Amino acid sequence: MTRVQKKSVMGRRSLIAGAGAATLGAPLIAGAAPAPIKIGLLQPLTGFLAYDGQQGRKGALLALEEINAAGGIKSLGGAKLQAVVADAQASPATAISEVDRLAGEGVVAIQGGFASDLVLAATQQAARHGLPYMVDVGVVDQIVQRGLNNVFRFAPGFGKVTAEGLANLVALNDAAGKPAKTVAIVHENGAFGSGMAKLLHEKLPGLGFKIVATIGHPTPERDFTNIALQVKQAKPDLIIPSNYKNDYILMALTFAQQHVRPKVAIYSILGGAASNAPFAAQHPRVSNDIMDCNHYYDPNKPLSKAFAAKVAANKWDLTYELMLNYSVMRVLADAIERAASTDKAKLIAAIAASTYSDTIMPYGPTKFVNGQNTGAAPVNTQIQKGVVEVIFPKAFASAKPVFPIPAAG
Amino acid sequence: MSTALLLPALIGGLANGAVYALVALGLTLVYGVLHIINFAHGSLLMLALYAAWILWAAMGVSPYVALPVLVPLFFVLGYGLQRWVIGPAGHGRETNVLLVTLGLSIVIDNLALAVFGPSTRTTSIPLATRTIDLGVMYLPLPKLIAFAAALVLSGLLWLLLTRTDLGRAIRAVARESDAARLVGIRVTHIHAATFGIGTASVAAAACLLLPSFYVSPDAGYAFVLVAFTTVVMGGMGSFPGALLAGLVIGVIESLSGLWFGPSLAPVGIYAVFALVLLFRPTGLFGARA
Repeated sequence: MTRVQKKSVMGRRSLIAGAGAATLGAPLIAGAAPAPIKIGLLQPLTGFLAYDGQQGRKGALLALEEINAAGGIKSLGGAKLQAVVADAQASPATAISEVDRLAGEGVVAIQGGFASDLVLAATQQAARHGLPYMVDVGVVDQIVQRGLNNVFRFAPGFGKVTAEGLANLVALNDAAGKPAKTVAIVHENGAFGSGMAKLLHEKLPGLGFKIVATIGHPTPERDFTNIALQVKQAKPDLIIPSNYKNDYILMALTFAQQHVRPKVAIYSILGGAASNAPFAAQHPRVSNDIMDCNHYYDPNKPLSKAFAAKVAANKWDLTYELMLNYSVMRVLADAIERAASTDKAKLIAAIAASTYSDTIMPYGPTKFVNGQNTGAAPVNTQIQKGVVEVIFPKAFASAKPVFPIPAAG
Repeated sequence: MSTALLLPALIGGLANGAVYALVALGLTLVYGVLHIINFAHGSLLMLALYAAWILWAAMGVSPYVALPVLVPLFFVLGYGLQRWVIGPAGHGRETNVLLVTLGLSIVIDNLALAVFGPSTRTTSIPLATRTIDLGVMYLPLPKLIAFAAALVLSGLLWLLLTRTDLGRAIRAVARESDAARLVGIRVTHIHAATFGIGTASVAAAACLLLPSFYVSPDAGYAFVLVAFTTVVMGGMGSFPGALLAGLVIGVIESLSGLWFGPSLAPVGIYAVFALVLLFRPTGLFGARA
């Protein structure tokens, strides 16, 4: 059920668990259960980013339930975490008013945001309330470059992902004997896609690649036939797309329809659907061999395997929004545990000092520098036979890269 | 580079234009005849896309086979909406009707989000992946079917409006509803039937669109603005006008996308739109006031 929850939510399970803990804790603290610790979950639950927002909420709630089931925050007498869900509706103005509401409801921290423009607005508002804010995705680097000491981003930003994506591309290309020399860029014309195209124009020539076509398009684009034909005419070795999920799927379907097949690869950086499990599963023929440099978990960790099993049992899609929010909640809970306090300033200090590594992401221990987790890094994925596989770096890989892709058969 | 792509851009533009015309057919009836600015048009399109998708996902029914099932179903839905929701809540005032349809769109969008979830759904019927090799491009079969269907449907609707008693009644109500009532036409019934036909056309458009598009709770918005533009450019209430305007818009969008880049394609549409209105204020096929 995907009901939009606007009020405080406390699952039946956590309520029962809380009651149980209260009974057990009775001799210790004279019958008083510790007050629950409220965490704001801010996501775009409705509107065109609803898929990403709802995935994020599921991930955060899954981690929260596990933490509560394991006894809550022990340094605060086993206090339970309680989610207060807020819908940013894909509008920065709504994100700001929801931050005010969350502050009014007494949350000790906020996590989420997903889209960069929502995160930029929400974090600034949270700073006015002195509230610690943990960003789940929000890749624009300005988010952690405004001197706001309450803002922490667990995942890598735009600059880091692009740098790693290009380094990994060069490594893959060199290992294969440099088959890729020319590139076509297809990007959406908003801040995300245009920014990516600009960055690629700066970096690719220096790495020995020639850009033969750059095509921007609006979101949503109703038809990709013209774009497909222009790409086909440019005969690129590589296609680098940067656009949102719906458009990415339509683009890939149109490429297949118009027999657009680059000689070497479709290599996305933060590609809209390029590491999206349902896209891979529903269109195995079209999605096969598509590569992406994006947020993704380390599938080999025992914690990741347990996580993936729970996701499968719930029949959820295994996507990076789910993975990141699950991890961010664990980092946040660890900080509350160490702070042994719900004081906002103490919590901010505890997050800043975080060295937590028990997450499903392929990151080292967290190390926040000016709010950015410098231990974070993206990975390369490739869709192989309907499944998103991690192919690079080797330490986290679940499959070997297919690069260049086999000629059309 | 543009000469080799000119022909495919023209063909592609016509194919897309046919889809715009299909989506606009229902709107031109409701907007042009009933003077209802139906903000729920995109949401009804999305709902019909889901209906077609569900039939495919649950029972393997191709959207083309689903068309004769969904068209009467959506007629009933549209009839009911106008008769028991939009009509009574509007109290005959256009501003009220505007807000009611806006409210309806919000209700439908969020119901879809709650029931279907926010995922992007696509069909994969064998027919949809078929293409016709034209040498310069591969024309997807669904687009050819949509093109033919747009011609047939606009013709059928034109016949319905000009040659049947229902059509005459609809035009009479549109022209002078009090006089129509005096000669014994049941005005509320005709309003509801008109809205029903408009909604049924949306269902037909959805069945023809789904094989080459996707559905998500916000899928309808990709077509709303262009559908309103098509209706006004073609002349309010004119089916041949909507068809021609849809095709013109498709071709202009495609060519301006080719020459100025896809980001500027909408600029081409609205430049031509402004020109048309400058010289023919009632649209291409609009009746003189």
